[in-house]
Amino acid sequence: MLVSEIVRVGMAEYKVAKSPTILVSLGLGSCVGVALYDSVKKIGGLAHIMLPDSNSSSKKLFNPGKFADTALDALLQEMIKLGANPRRIEGKIAGGAQMFQVKTDNNIMKIGKRNVEAVRAKLDSMNLKIIGQDVEGNYGRTIEFSCETGILTIKTIGKGTKTL
Amino acid sequence: MYSDLELDVLKEIGNIGAGNAATALSALLSKKVDMQVPQVKMIPFDEVSESVGGPESLVVGIFMRFDGALEGNILMVLPKLDAFNLVNHLLNQDKKASDSFTEMEQSALVEVGNILSSSFITALSDFTQMQLKVSVPGFAYDMAGAIFSFPLSLYGYMGDMAFLIETQFTEGLDKTKLHFFLIPDDESFKSLLKAIGVNVGE
Repeated sequence: MLVSEIVRVGMAEYKVAKSPTILVSLGLGSCVGVALYDSVKKIGGLAHIMLPDSNSSSKKLFNPGKFADTALDALLQEMIKLGANPRRIEGKIAGGAQMFQVKTDNNIMKIGKRNVEAVRAKLDSMNLKIIGQDVEGNYGRTIEFSCETGILTIKTIGKGTKTL
Repeated sequence: MYSDLELDVLKEIGNIGAGNAATALSALLSKKVDMQVPQVKMIPFDEVSESVGGPESLVVGIFMRFDGALEGNILMVLPKLDAFNLVNHLLNQDKKASDSFTEMEQSALVEVGNILSSSFITALSDFTQMQLKVSVPGFAYDMAGAIFSFPLSLYGYMGDMAFLIETQFTEGLDKTKLHFFLIPDDESFKSLLKAIGVNVGE
Protein backbone atom coordinates (compact mmCIF):
# COMPACT_ATOMS: atom_id res chain seq x y z
CA MET A 1 0.00 0.00 0.00
CA LEU A 2 1.18 3.49 -0.82
CA VAL A 3 1.72 5.80 2.08
CA SER A 4 0.47 9.29 1.29
CA GLU A 5 2.51 12.24 2.32
CA ILE A 6 0.48 15.13 3.72
CA VAL A 7 1.62 18.62 2.76
CA ARG A 8 0.16 21.63 4.50
CA VAL A 9 -0.72 24.71 2.47
CA GLY A 10 -0.84 27.70 4.84
CA MET A 11 -2.52 31.06 4.41
CA ALA A 12 -1.28 32.81 1.24
CA GLU A 13 0.65 29.73 0.08
CA TYR A 14 0.25 27.55 -3.01
CA LYS A 15 1.77 24.10 -3.54
CA VAL A 16 1.83 21.43 -6.22
CA ALA A 17 2.36 17.69 -5.87
CA LYS A 18 2.07 14.33 -7.57
CA SER A 19 0.06 11.27 -6.54
CA PRO A 20 -0.26 10.05 -3.79
CA THR A 21 0.42 13.30 -1.91
CA ILE A 22 -2.46 14.93 -0.04
CA LEU A 23 -2.52 18.73 0.04
CA VAL A 24 -4.24 20.21 3.10
CA SER A 25 -5.44 23.64 4.21
CA LEU A 26 -6.68 23.97 7.79
CA GLY A 27 -9.45 26.23 9.04
CA LEU A 28 -10.46 28.21 5.96
CA GLY A 29 -12.77 31.10 6.82
CA SER A 30 -13.02 33.99 4.39
CA CYS A 31 -10.06 32.51 2.49
CA VAL A 32 -10.72 30.36 -0.57
CA GLY A 33 -9.00 27.07 -1.31
CA VAL A 34 -8.57 26.34 -5.03
CA ALA A 35 -7.65 22.80 -6.06
CA LEU A 36 -6.48 22.23 -9.65
CA TYR A 37 -5.99 18.74 -11.07
CA ASP A 38 -4.66 16.96 -14.14
CA SER A 39 -6.34 13.57 -13.83
CA VAL A 40 -4.14 11.83 -16.42
CA LYS A 41 -0.80 12.82 -14.92
CA LYS A 42 -2.28 12.81 -11.39
CA ILE A 43 -0.74 16.16 -10.66
CA GLY A 44 -2.54 18.43 -8.21
CA GLY A 45 -2.17 21.96 -6.92
CA LEU A 46 -3.74 23.82 -4.02
CA ALA A 47 -3.81 27.58 -3.39
CA HIS A 48 -4.96 29.16 -0.10
CA ILE A 49 -6.11 32.60 -1.26
CA MET A 50 -6.70 35.51 1.17
CA LEU A 51 -7.76 38.43 -1.01
CA PRO A 52 -9.42 39.07 -4.37
CA ASP A 53 -7.19 41.51 -6.19
CA SER A 54 -3.45 42.26 -6.27
CA ASN A 55 -4.10 45.76 -7.61
CA SER A 56 -5.14 46.72 -4.08
CA SER A 57 -1.74 45.78 -2.67
CA SER A 58 0.02 48.79 -1.21
CA LYS A 59 3.40 47.21 -2.00
CA LYS A 60 4.79 46.57 -5.48
CA LEU A 61 6.61 43.45 -4.38
CA PHE A 62 4.30 40.97 -2.76
CA ASN A 63 3.80 37.27 -2.29
CA PRO A 64 1.64 36.20 -5.29
CA GLY A 65 -0.04 33.50 -3.17
CA LYS A 66 -2.16 36.06 -1.34
CA PHE A 67 -4.31 37.24 -4.23
CA ALA A 68 -6.77 35.38 -6.47
CA ASP A 69 -5.44 36.86 -9.71
CA THR A 70 -1.73 36.22 -9.06
CA ALA A 71 -1.95 32.96 -7.08
CA LEU A 72 -3.81 31.05 -9.77
CA ASP A 73 -1.36 32.03 -12.53
CA ALA A 74 1.54 31.00 -10.31
CA LEU A 75 -0.13 27.72 -9.34
CA LEU A 76 -0.83 26.78 -12.97
CA GLN A 77 2.78 27.54 -13.96
CA GLU A 78 4.08 25.26 -11.19
CA MET A 79 1.79 22.46 -12.33
CA ILE A 80 2.94 22.81 -15.95
CA LYS A 81 6.57 22.65 -14.75
CA LEU A 82 5.73 19.37 -13.03
CA GLY A 83 4.34 18.02 -16.30
CA ALA A 84 0.63 18.84 -16.19
CA ASN A 85 -1.25 19.69 -19.37
CA PRO A 86 -3.29 22.91 -18.92
CA ARG A 87 -5.98 21.70 -21.33
CA ARG A 88 -6.79 18.83 -18.98
CA ILE A 89 -6.75 20.82 -15.74
CA GLU A 90 -10.02 21.28 -13.88
CA GLY A 91 -10.72 23.11 -10.65
CA LYS A 92 -12.64 22.71 -7.40
CA ILE A 93 -13.13 25.51 -4.91
CA ALA A 94 -14.11 25.75 -1.24
CA GLY A 95 -14.27 28.46 1.42
CA GLY A 96 -15.14 32.15 1.22
CA ALA A 97 -17.31 32.18 4.35
CA GLN A 98 -18.41 35.20 6.32
CA MET A 99 -17.88 34.02 9.88
CA PHE A 100 -19.50 36.96 11.67
CA GLN A 101 -22.70 38.73 10.75
CA VAL A 102 -21.78 42.21 11.91
CA LYS A 103 -23.32 45.29 10.34
CA THR A 104 -20.84 47.89 9.14
CA ASP A 105 -21.08 51.00 7.00
CA ASN A 106 -19.15 49.46 4.13
CA ASN A 107 -18.71 46.09 2.46
CA ILE A 108 -15.53 45.27 4.33
CA MET A 109 -17.02 42.16 5.98
CA LYS A 110 -17.92 40.56 2.65
CA ILE A 111 -14.35 39.65 1.77
CA GLY A 112 -15.18 35.92 1.54
CA LYS A 113 -17.83 36.46 -1.13
CA ARG A 114 -15.52 38.79 -3.04
CA ASN A 115 -12.76 36.17 -2.90
CA VAL A 116 -15.09 33.56 -4.41
CA GLU A 117 -16.17 35.92 -7.21
CA ALA A 118 -12.56 36.82 -8.00
CA VAL A 119 -11.52 33.15 -8.11
CA ARG A 120 -14.38 32.26 -10.47
CA ALA A 121 -13.59 35.17 -12.79
CA LYS A 122 -9.90 34.31 -12.84
CA LEU A 123 -10.43 30.61 -13.55
CA ASP A 124 -12.84 31.55 -16.31
CA SER A 125 -10.29 33.87 -17.90
CA MET A 126 -7.72 31.05 -17.76
CA ASN A 127 -10.19 28.69 -19.48
CA LEU A 128 -10.17 26.36 -16.48
CA LYS A 129 -13.48 24.74 -15.66
CA ILE A 130 -14.87 24.59 -12.11
CA ILE A 131 -16.27 21.09 -11.59
CA GLY A 132 -17.11 21.34 -7.90
CA GLN A 133 -17.66 23.99 -5.29
CA ASP A 134 -18.64 24.43 -1.68
CA VAL A 135 -18.48 28.14 -0.90
CA GLU A 136 -19.72 30.99 1.30
CA GLY A 137 -21.95 30.31 4.31
CA ASN A 138 -20.89 31.21 7.86
CA TYR A 139 -18.68 28.32 8.89
CA GLY A 140 -15.05 27.22 8.70
CA ARG A 141 -13.71 24.45 6.48
CA THR A 142 -10.65 22.20 6.50
CA ILE A 143 -9.91 20.84 3.04
CA GLU A 144 -7.88 17.83 1.90
CA PHE A 145 -7.04 17.33 -1.74
CA SER A 146 -5.89 13.91 -2.89
CA CYS A 147 -3.48 14.01 -5.82
CA GLU A 148 -4.18 10.31 -6.32
CA THR A 149 -7.94 10.59 -6.87
CA GLY A 150 -8.56 14.32 -7.42
CA ILE A 151 -11.14 14.20 -4.64
CA LEU A 152 -11.48 17.29 -2.45
CA THR A 153 -12.72 16.46 1.06
CA ILE A 154 -14.27 19.28 3.06
CA LYS A 155 -14.53 18.93 6.84
CA THR A 156 -16.57 21.24 9.02
CA ILE A 157 -17.60 21.50 12.63
CA GLY A 158 -21.23 20.51 13.07
CA LYS A 159 -21.97 20.64 9.32
CA GLY A 160 -20.55 17.24 8.42
CA THR A 161 -18.01 16.19 5.78
CA LYS A 162 -18.45 16.63 2.06
CA THR A 163 -16.52 15.36 -0.94
CA LEU A 164 -16.24 17.04 -4.31
CA MET B 1 5.46 49.04 10.39
CA TYR B 2 6.11 50.31 13.92
CA SER B 3 9.29 51.37 15.74
CA ASP B 4 10.24 50.00 19.18
CA LEU B 5 9.11 53.21 20.88
CA GLU B 6 5.77 53.07 19.09
CA LEU B 7 5.35 49.42 20.08
CA ASP B 8 6.02 50.32 23.73
CA VAL B 9 3.41 53.04 23.61
CA LEU B 10 0.90 50.69 21.99
CA LYS B 11 1.61 48.14 24.70
CA GLU B 12 0.94 50.76 27.35
CA ILE B 13 -2.30 51.71 25.65
CA GLY B 14 -3.20 48.02 25.61
CA ASN B 15 -2.45 47.95 29.32
CA ILE B 16 -4.78 50.82 30.11
CA GLY B 17 -7.60 49.31 28.07
CA ALA B 18 -7.07 45.82 29.41
CA GLY B 19 -6.88 47.02 33.02
CA ASN B 20 -10.29 48.60 32.65
CA ALA B 21 -11.61 45.46 30.96
CA ALA B 22 -10.25 43.21 33.73
CA THR B 23 -12.05 45.27 36.37
CA ALA B 24 -15.30 44.98 34.44
CA LEU B 25 -14.87 41.22 33.97
CA SER B 26 -14.11 40.74 37.64
CA ALA B 27 -17.28 42.65 38.59
CA LEU B 28 -19.34 40.56 36.17
CA LEU B 29 -18.01 37.24 37.48
CA SER B 30 -17.72 38.33 41.12
CA LYS B 31 -14.31 36.70 41.03
CA LYS B 32 -10.71 37.73 40.97
CA VAL B 33 -9.40 38.13 37.43
CA ASP B 34 -5.71 38.10 36.59
CA MET B 35 -4.49 39.95 33.58
CA GLN B 36 -1.31 39.23 31.71
CA VAL B 37 0.65 42.23 30.44
CA PRO B 38 -0.58 42.79 26.87
CA GLN B 39 1.68 41.50 24.13
CA VAL B 40 2.15 43.50 20.99
CA LYS B 41 2.76 41.04 18.19
CA MET B 42 3.86 41.30 14.60
CA ILE B 43 3.77 37.74 13.33
CA PRO B 44 3.15 35.75 10.12
CA PHE B 45 -0.54 35.04 9.43
CA ASP B 46 -0.20 31.32 10.04
CA GLU B 47 1.13 31.77 13.58
CA VAL B 48 -1.73 33.90 14.89
CA SER B 49 -3.98 31.02 15.89
CA GLU B 50 -1.16 29.15 17.71
CA SER B 51 -1.83 30.87 21.05
CA VAL B 52 -5.36 29.43 21.07
CA GLY B 53 -4.41 25.90 19.96
CA GLY B 54 -3.78 26.11 16.21
CA PRO B 55 -5.98 26.67 13.12
CA GLU B 56 -8.21 23.63 13.59
CA SER B 57 -8.90 23.94 17.31
CA LEU B 58 -12.52 24.53 18.26
CA VAL B 59 -12.99 27.95 19.83
CA VAL B 60 -15.64 30.53 20.57
CA GLY B 61 -15.03 33.84 18.82
CA ILE B 62 -16.84 37.05 19.68
CA PHE B 63 -16.13 39.64 17.05
CA MET B 64 -16.68 43.39 17.03
CA ARG B 65 -15.74 46.17 14.62
CA PHE B 66 -14.80 49.54 15.98
CA ASP B 67 -14.69 52.71 13.98
CA GLY B 68 -14.58 56.45 14.33
CA ALA B 69 -11.20 58.10 14.68
CA LEU B 70 -9.62 54.62 14.63
CA GLU B 71 -10.77 51.53 12.79
CA GLY B 72 -10.18 47.91 13.51
CA ASN B 73 -11.44 44.66 14.95
CA ILE B 74 -11.77 43.19 18.40
CA LEU B 75 -11.79 39.46 18.77
CA MET B 76 -12.39 37.65 22.03
CA VAL B 77 -11.40 34.00 21.76
CA LEU B 78 -12.14 31.20 24.21
CA PRO B 79 -10.98 27.63 23.63
CA LYS B 80 -13.86 25.12 23.94
CA LEU B 81 -13.32 24.06 27.56
CA ASP B 82 -12.75 27.61 28.76
CA ALA B 83 -15.92 28.75 27.02
CA PHE B 84 -17.98 26.09 28.81
CA ASN B 85 -16.35 26.89 32.15
CA LEU B 86 -17.26 30.52 31.74
CA VAL B 87 -20.81 29.81 30.62
CA ASN B 88 -21.34 27.38 33.49
CA HIS B 89 -20.18 29.99 35.94
CA LEU B 90 -22.30 32.78 34.44
CA LEU B 91 -25.46 30.70 34.25
CA ASN B 92 -24.83 28.81 37.44
CA GLN B 93 -25.01 25.42 35.73
CA ASP B 94 -22.79 22.38 35.34
CA LYS B 95 -22.82 21.32 31.73
CA LYS B 96 -20.24 19.23 29.90
CA ALA B 97 -18.43 20.78 26.93
CA SER B 98 -20.17 19.88 23.68
CA ASP B 99 -20.30 20.93 20.05
CA SER B 100 -23.02 23.53 20.47
CA PHE B 101 -24.29 26.28 22.73
CA THR B 102 -27.90 27.09 23.55
CA GLU B 103 -29.18 30.52 22.64
CA MET B 104 -28.99 31.54 26.29
CA GLU B 105 -25.36 30.40 26.53
CA GLN B 106 -24.47 32.29 23.36
CA SER B 107 -26.06 35.46 24.71
CA ALA B 108 -24.09 35.14 27.93
CA LEU B 109 -20.80 34.81 26.03
CA VAL B 110 -21.68 37.67 23.70
CA GLU B 111 -22.44 39.80 26.74
CA VAL B 112 -18.98 39.09 28.17
CA GLY B 113 -17.50 40.20 24.84
CA ASN B 114 -19.64 43.30 24.92
CA ILE B 115 -18.61 44.29 28.41
CA LEU B 116 -14.92 43.60 27.86
CA SER B 117 -14.72 45.46 24.57
CA SER B 118 -16.74 48.46 25.65
CA SER B 119 -14.68 48.92 28.79
CA PHE B 120 -11.51 48.51 26.74
CA ILE B 121 -12.60 50.99 24.08
CA THR B 122 -13.92 53.47 26.66
CA ALA B 123 -10.52 53.55 28.36
CA LEU B 124 -8.84 54.00 24.99
CA SER B 125 -11.19 56.76 24.02
CA ASP B 126 -10.82 58.61 27.36
CA PHE B 127 -7.06 58.41 27.17
CA THR B 128 -6.75 59.59 23.58
CA GLN B 129 -9.76 61.93 23.50
CA MET B 130 -10.79 60.20 20.28
CA GLN B 131 -14.36 59.28 19.47
CA LEU B 132 -14.72 55.54 19.01
CA LYS B 133 -17.74 53.39 18.46
CA VAL B 134 -18.04 49.61 18.77
CA SER B 135 -20.42 47.46 16.68
CA VAL B 136 -22.86 44.89 18.03
CA PRO B 137 -20.87 41.64 18.57
CA GLY B 138 -21.03 38.63 16.26
CA PHE B 139 -20.75 35.06 17.61
CA ALA B 140 -19.08 31.99 16.10
CA TYR B 141 -18.12 28.58 17.49
CA ASP B 142 -15.74 27.17 14.91
CA MET B 143 -12.14 26.52 13.88
CA ALA B 144 -9.69 29.14 15.13
CA GLY B 145 -8.15 29.63 11.68
CA ALA B 146 -11.53 30.49 10.21
CA ILE B 147 -12.34 32.87 13.04
CA PHE B 148 -9.14 34.84 12.56
CA SER B 149 -9.25 34.84 8.77
CA PHE B 150 -11.22 38.02 8.19
CA PRO B 151 -9.28 40.46 10.39
CA LEU B 152 -5.99 38.93 9.23
CA SER B 153 -6.74 39.05 5.55
CA LEU B 154 -6.97 42.84 5.69
CA TYR B 155 -3.25 42.85 6.49
CA GLY B 156 -2.53 41.02 3.26
CA TYR B 157 -2.79 44.28 1.35
CA MET B 158 0.19 45.67 3.24
CA GLY B 159 2.56 42.80 3.76
CA ASP B 160 2.96 39.32 5.16
CA MET B 161 2.60 40.04 8.87
CA ALA B 162 -0.35 40.58 11.15
CA PHE B 163 -0.23 43.21 13.84
CA LEU B 164 -2.19 42.61 17.02
CA ILE B 165 -2.31 43.34 20.71
CA GLU B 166 -3.13 40.23 22.71
CA THR B 167 -4.13 40.16 26.37
CA GLN B 168 -4.92 37.02 28.33
CA PHE B 169 -7.34 37.19 31.22
CA THR B 170 -7.39 34.33 33.67
CA GLU B 171 -10.27 33.90 36.02
CA GLY B 172 -9.01 33.15 39.55
CA LEU B 173 -10.43 29.79 40.60
CA ASP B 174 -11.00 27.61 37.55
CA LYS B 175 -8.15 29.15 35.58
CA THR B 176 -10.51 29.86 32.72
CA LYS B 177 -8.52 31.62 30.03
CA LEU B 178 -9.89 34.31 27.81
CA HIS B 179 -7.89 35.77 24.92
CA PHE B 180 -8.59 39.32 23.88
CA PHE B 181 -7.21 40.59 20.56
CA LEU B 182 -7.17 44.15 19.35
CA ILE B 183 -6.46 44.12 15.63
CA PRO B 184 -6.30 47.62 14.16
CA ASP B 185 -6.93 48.10 10.44
CA ASP B 186 -3.67 48.69 8.58
CA GLU B 187 -1.83 51.63 10.05
CA SER B 188 -4.83 53.21 11.69
CA PHE B 189 -2.95 53.23 14.99
CA LYS B 190 -0.39 55.66 13.65
CA SER B 191 -3.08 58.32 14.04
CA LEU B 192 -3.60 57.18 17.61
CA LEU B 193 0.10 57.61 18.34
CA LYS B 194 -0.05 61.10 16.87
CA ALA B 195 -3.08 61.94 19.00
CA ILE B 196 -1.18 61.23 22.20
CA GLY B 197 1.88 63.13 21.03
CA VAL B 198 4.26 60.34 20.01
CA ASN B 199 6.41 61.27 17.04
CA VAL B 200 5.55 58.86 14.31
CA GLY B 201 8.26 57.86 11.85
CA GLU B 202 7.00 57.59 8.29
